[in-house]
Amino acid sequence: MPKINLSHFEASFLFALFTSVIMGITSKKTQQERVKYGAQCFAYFIVALFGIGWAMKLGHG
Amino acid sequence: MAAQTSTIDVAQPDNVPVAAWIGPVVAAWLIPGAGHFLLKKRGRAALIFLSVVATFFFGLAMGGMMFTPEKGADYLTSLINYGGFAANLSAGALYLLNSMFGTPTPDMAGAVHDYGTKFLVTAGLLNILAMVDTWEIATGKKD
Repeated sequence: MPKINLSHFEASFLFALFTSVIMGITSKKTQQERVKYGAQCFAYFIVALFGIGWAMKLGHG
Repeated sequence: MAAQTSTIDVAQPDNVPVAAWIGPVVAAWLIPGAGHFLLKKRGRAALIFLSVVATFFFGLAMGGMMFTPEKGADYLTSLINYGGFAANLSAGALYLLNSMFGTPTPDMAGAVHDYGTKFLVTAGLLNILAMVDTWEIATGKKD
């Protein structure tokens, strides 16, 4: 198995992407709703990623 | 004052025979997306397969650790071990093949290894979502 060394951002981005795809597929009943919900989840993940990242940076000074 | 009455919706018992959903659900556990594939949801099957398999392999590539069902020093450690094992096992054939042929990775310190462990657990949890979705489709609760 090749070893990879992802940064926090890269790992979190991939996590957000894969999780959003599955949540979109499994949570809604129509195709349009699935795409919309998946995109929404992904956007929320990314906003949280930047928000918490900045909060930690500001918290640490 | 008139007495208020309330009605409670009582869910109807499922009349769907177990034989209608057990095959796709077991297939969904063994191979991510296989349940949807058997139920002729090919596009969703491909996306589930790619997402779960990619999550699992990124976890392995980052040096993630598989949990083993063992008692820990305290209750919380035991809960984490058993919960992590259940989540790992939910990845189906990915977990089974890796257990049989893969090299066990020790629990190492470091953010990347920790992310890897979380990715491996997440792959199993995502597959549980896919299995539940398969069950809903097979029993007609969802298209």
